[in-house]
Amino acid sequence: MLTIDNLQASVADKPILKGLSLQINAGEVHVIMGPNGAGKSTLGYTLGGRPGYVVTGGSVTFLGQDLLALEPHERAAAGLFLGFQYPVEIPGVSFVQFLRESLNAQRKLRGEEPLSGGEFLKLAREKAGLLKLDMDMLKRPVNVGFSGGEKKRAEMVQMGILNPRLAVLDETDSGLDIDALRICGEGINSVMRAPDKAVLLITHYQRLLDYVKPDFVHVLAGGRIVRTGGPELALELEERGYEAVAA
Amino acid sequence: MPSDLLLPTRKDEAFRYADLAALAPLWPVAEERIVLAAGERRALTLTNTGAGAVARDLAVELGAGASFTLHVLNVPGAYGRIAVRAVLGQGARFTLGAAQLAGGEQTVELVTEVTHAAPDAVSRQVVRSVAAGRATANYLGKVLVQPGADGTDGEQSVRAMLLDRTATANARPELEIHADDVKCAHGCAVGELDANGLFYLASRGLPPADAKRLMLQAFIAEAFTGAADEEALQEAALAALEALL
Repeated sequence: MLTIDNLQASVADKPILKGLSLQINAGEVHVIMGPNGAGKSTLGYTLGGRPGYVVTGGSVTFLGQDLLALEPHERAAAGLFLGFQYPVEIPGVSFVQFLRESLNAQRKLRGEEPLSGGEFLKLAREKAGLLKLDMDMLKRPVNVGFSGGEKKRAEMVQMGILNPRLAVLDETDSGLDIDALRICGEGINSVMRAPDKAVLLITHYQRLLDYVKPDFVHVLAGGRIVRTGGPELALELEERGYEAVAA
Repeated sequence: MPSDLLLPTRKDEAFRYADLAALAPLWPVAEERIVLAAGERRALTLTNTGAGAVARDLAVELGAGASFTLHVLNVPGAYGRIAVRAVLGQGARFTLGAAQLAGGEQTVELVTEVTHAAPDAVSRQVVRSVAAGRATANYLGKVLVQPGADGTDGEQSVRAMLLDRTATANARPELEIHADDVKCAHGCAVGELDANGLFYLASRGLPPADAKRLMLQAFIAEAFTGAADEEALQEAALAALEALL
């Protein structure tokens, strides 16, 4: 589904990713762990196409397409979802309005019919219910006045509504209390655990993996994947720390 | 400050950023007098969306306890100037909500002078400007509190959004206070659309022009909150916005 080959990327002329390679197949859940400054968020933003994250080498193929040649909104339409570590507040723009427009823009690019207002609200209500987020919150301006946990749950609701093929989730577990962590974990499973979908979780901690069972765990350090293993690697990292394991 | 027969020059503060060439054929601009009796309430909406150049000059007098609400959508074909002078009697209330949009080589401007002539009057001004291309959007707004006008409560919220580095916004909120017990506040900001917000919307599948439109729609909407014809104003603003993007 996703093939990252020798990816190099810079931010403000500073090389952050230095030859990162990763293969993710449909049906798999991958986890990237690593110390601060390893390039975890840069990987997420580079895949999403954020301005300022400049690819200086390597390639990324997503479902047979050159991902790096696409604009951010085209990447979304191709089936990529980026979950933000710090979801952005957008005053005056409601979730419902922006998500309906976003979903229909994606459908248009894919040559599908747009959803009507009624169809969209039904879908949004269903996904909000799944994440135990009050539907009224989706009528409010995007992330404005939301607590950290509510923002992350709203990210998962968006993922549910947009129904991507690949979700790259950047520290979805940060800022969550125990209950919200479980709800988000279950949300990821119910939306993304499918034979034709895949997940790339970026995290510091093992705790989300109690709910979302990974197939592969990678350690990112110095802009490269330095080790790959199964779920047991996350436990080993938690126990011994990055320095010991990545060395 | 009645309209003079001679075309003003840029040395005249109120015309400092005006498009004088566009103004010349319209000069002199006839003053439109609006007088509100004590306790009278009135609302007016100026939708300046025509082709060509437009200049209006309003002089509003509010009697004691009167209330005047003015909404302005300034989206001219070439040049749009709206000047408003309001004199507030005791306990009167003046509310202005204005949005102006300009692209190409256009100049739009709103020039206000609100005089608190007696105690306890309230003025509220919300002005939102959007300028693209090589356009210029101006707001020159003076709040004058005369001696004895204690209990004055005046607010100016002025924000401008530049869509291109070649566009210009001039924003000058001004306070002149000759009384002691006065509450006057002004906020003024000129900026660009939040890049983080634009990327966030794009990452969900929204094309860049739609993402900009959504954010600008919200920005402009602040000027029309609570207007009697809010929906119609928002729709007209949206149409102007879509033409600009």
